[in-house]
Amino acid sequence: MTTRIRSIGALMGVAALALVAGCGTQGASSSGNSPQAGGFTPPAIPMQQSMGKTEGSVNILAWPGYAEDGSNDPKVDWVTPFEQQTGCQANVKYFGTSDEAVSLLKTGNYDVVSASGDASLRLIASGDVAPVNTSLIKDYNQIEPFLKDKAWNSVNGQMYGVPHGWGANLLMYRTDQVSPAPTSWGAVFDQSSSYKGKVTAYDSPIYIADAALYLMKTQPDLGIKNPYALDQTQLDAAVSLLKNQRTNISEYWSDYLKEVSAFKSGDSVIGTTWKVIQQVAASEKAPVKAILPTEGATGWSDTWMISAKAQHPNCAYAWMSYITEPKPQSEVAQYFGEAPANGQACKLTGAAFCKAYHTTDQAFANKIWYWTTPISQCLDGRTNTTCTNYGDWTQAWTEIKG
Amino acid sequence: MIISPRLKAVLQVLTTLVVVVVYVPLLLVMVNSFNVDRTFGWPPRGLTFHWWNVAFHSSGARHALLVSLEVASLATLISLVLGTCGALALRRTRFFGRNTVSLLIILPIALPGIVTGIALNNAFRTMLGLQLGFLTVVVAHATFCIVTVFNNVQARVQRIGTSLEQASADLGAGPLRTFALVTFPMLRSALLAGGLLSFGLSFDEIVVTTFTAGSQTQTLPIWIFQNLFRPNQAPVVNVVAAVLVLVSAVPIYLAQRLSGDTVSGVTATP
Amino acid sequence: MSPTDATAAPARTGRGSILARSSGLRTGLLLLPPMLWLGVAYLAALAALFVTSLWGQDDFTGAIVRVWTLHNYQDLVHIPVYRTIAFRTIGIAALVTVVDAVVAFPIALFMAKVASPRVRRLLVIAVLMPLWASYLVKAYAWRGMFSEGGLIDWAGKPFGLHSPGYGLVATTITLAYLWLPYMILPIFAGLERVPNSLFEASGDLGAGALTTIRRVVLPMAFPAVVAGSIFTFSLSLGDYIAVQIVGGASQLLGNVVYANVGSANNLPFASALATVPVVVMLVYLAAARRTGALDNL
Repeated sequence: MTTRIRSIGALMGVAALALVAGCGTQGASSSGNSPQAGGFTPPAIPMQQSMGKTEGSVNILAWPGYAEDGSNDPKVDWVTPFEQQTGCQANVKYFGTSDEAVSLLKTGNYDVVSASGDASLRLIASGDVAPVNTSLIKDYNQIEPFLKDKAWNSVNGQMYGVPHGWGANLLMYRTDQVSPAPTSWGAVFDQSSSYKGKVTAYDSPIYIADAALYLMKTQPDLGIKNPYALDQTQLDAAVSLLKNQRTNISEYWSDYLKEVSAFKSGDSVIGTTWKVIQQVAASEKAPVKAILPTEGATGWSDTWMISAKAQHPNCAYAWMSYITEPKPQSEVAQYFGEAPANGQACKLTGAAFCKAYHTTDQAFANKIWYWTTPISQCLDGRTNTTCTNYGDWTQAWTEIKG
Repeated sequence: MIISPRLKAVLQVLTTLVVVVVYVPLLLVMVNSFNVDRTFGWPPRGLTFHWWNVAFHSSGARHALLVSLEVASLATLISLVLGTCGALALRRTRFFGRNTVSLLIILPIALPGIVTGIALNNAFRTMLGLQLGFLTVVVAHATFCIVTVFNNVQARVQRIGTSLEQASADLGAGPLRTFALVTFPMLRSALLAGGLLSFGLSFDEIVVTTFTAGSQTQTLPIWIFQNLFRPNQAPVVNVVAAVLVLVSAVPIYLAQRLSGDTVSGVTATP
Repeated sequence: MSPTDATAAPARTGRGSILARSSGLRTGLLLLPPMLWLGVAYLAALAALFVTSLWGQDDFTGAIVRVWTLHNYQDLVHIPVYRTIAFRTIGIAALVTVVDAVVAFPIALFMAKVASPRVRRLLVIAVLMPLWASYLVKAYAWRGMFSEGGLIDWAGKPFGLHSPGYGLVATTITLAYLWLPYMILPIFAGLERVPNSLFEASGDLGAGALTTIRRVVLPMAFPAVVAGSIFTFSLSLGDYIAVQIVGGASQLLGNVVYANVGSANNLPFASALATVPVVVMLVYLAAARRTGALDNL
């Protein structure tokens, strides 16, 4: 009897392992699809040709503040009108970093995602998003031309998404605890010890680019031309700057509300932010201001993309059409604090808003270092060396946090 | 005298201190559920019943509560069956694999939740190609709830011995009849205790649930996690938590009364 | 009484069945459902995870590359930060366990030996009720208490003390608080089983109360303490949520695993990381079994 049980157990064990070795994990690719010289070939995914009947619901993956349905602030709601117009019940999931967006979209549970430049190319390369038929987007012709057919949202002339809006990462500080008012990113880097234990920073490897941007301006002999194109020496310099900053960090944030609560309670007094966070914190009576420092900033240019495995493709196109119309664009832009992609939204936000955010100012838009995935082939065009890729940055980020 | 009066006094003081410390955060939660300020400054600027009102009308919280109750009930049911089977199987025989079996049963709860979570997530999604949802959560919960039932039933069968069942067999009852008429009534309170613990474990579980629930299923802990930091919802979360604590006194008290003695009603040991 | 007694009766009344006669078959049948469940749902999942840790990942697309490689484990061993994090996590888990054991023992002793039955019942309820308040809400309450101007700052002001803020100290205190009931209950059960006569005998032999506790009770209750420690140790080893809430900028093993699964999309590396707590717990369980703690759960 003991041997019988023993052998049953052994048999199960062997069966389990055999099963496992056979199936294991799918989603494998034989060679990886990193961009080679001259770009890469995305997997062939069919593009939707015409609008069909809407499916009744849509699963949206969005940056916080992009798809407000009144649950955060009853006066801030552009999702309910969408649901009423199209009959598509919207289920919105927020994410905190582009990495989370990529990994959530890969589950296949979402139809449409607002991808920043550091997520979009990865999604295209891995075949997780489908090319977008821009003729199905109602106000596509109103979108600023300098946002179309860019390196991060199109491949070989085919658009993979609909531009949503763009903006810069800002420096936020508590006006009652930080003085004089800062004007440079140095406040969170070289001078971070003035705010011992109260500095905050964005919890993602992409933040290394912020350090690289600072070094670009303050240590020109490092030769950094593009904060996303760092060879090993340059990456090491950025890592060392960030390790110094680490000793003064209170918390790293990826959940935007955590940053709001930290500034409200005073556990963080200075750090990188999005405009929406400053606006929400101010509405919570926290004395905060956000500025664009003199060195410039990293930022994001976001694109709505449709999942290759979308279960509600028609509702997804309906959402992408809706969110790029002038009225919703003006509402998002004002709530989030960014430049809308649709220039017609300026008529609804007022000229002052559009001027403040440089909505139609292509020259200004080109000065922001939008989030881009670092790859081995240097993005600044250098061919005499290889640059560090996102895997190296992820590794470095864990070391920085310690 | 068992313990000197001085030591008794010291123990009494320490116990009171510990109970106070245990309840301070819970009282804070209760106070914050009445706090006017949405981000819980201390001391509170004022008190209001507004959040309790919002909480009772919150469909999100109600729906999540329902899902949690369903998941916990199903998981408890499954673990009751499996745990009892396991405990009954192991009691008489002393075979080589006995310790291994006990180890295997305790493993889901002894290994950190995140390991169990990612293992099950990987197994469900990529190995079996399942869509994550209600059933995958139930399966995951049942897996780590088995041990609580197993321990309770095992402790009980060790205490009652086998003589009554053997007498029943001597009188001509088959094994199934013996189980239904003799064994089961003796195990009832152990099953209740194990079931209650299992229910509580499943009800408050967040880590494994995050990995196995998918995007559509929202148990109460997941709802709480998503709303914890939202200024408009955080006070509602506090209300929900306060209600849970107050309501939980009832099943705990019931378990105590029904089990007879103080501890086996709530732990595994006799 | 041997199983063969059971076979005599059925022959007499004609109620023979293979189930009644073969207790081995009965055992096997009873064991099959739970073993199948655990084997399929759990062991196979763990094995699959382990197999994944031997594969690679394309870090641009996030796709898993099914090429056998040991480089995840090599990274784990050679890159110092992971060693630091692993040791830090084990250290915190051990500290939390010790704190909980020290705090739980007096209250468990009071409940088991000093309290009247009514008080004992009330105390059991009092210890159990916090388990039903959501783990997240409790951690968040502590976040409020540790924050600038929160309860701890407010309480410490007259003494000139400040809250330690978010960090490892806050994490340890919060984790110790969260797992305290899991430590109190097994110790209480274990102490209840220590017969009062031992106390009296020890007193008769001239030992004071403290000596009795130290030399008679503690060794007997030790397996129960170890049983409780299994929970506190394991729960702290894998925790990533409480750390995110009160830990400030610190990261523990659970956070790195979570970041690699979720954000970094690097399941192979996360699986390799996950083997660390598994190995630690298996070693711990093996040691715990020696002390007889597993019978005390």
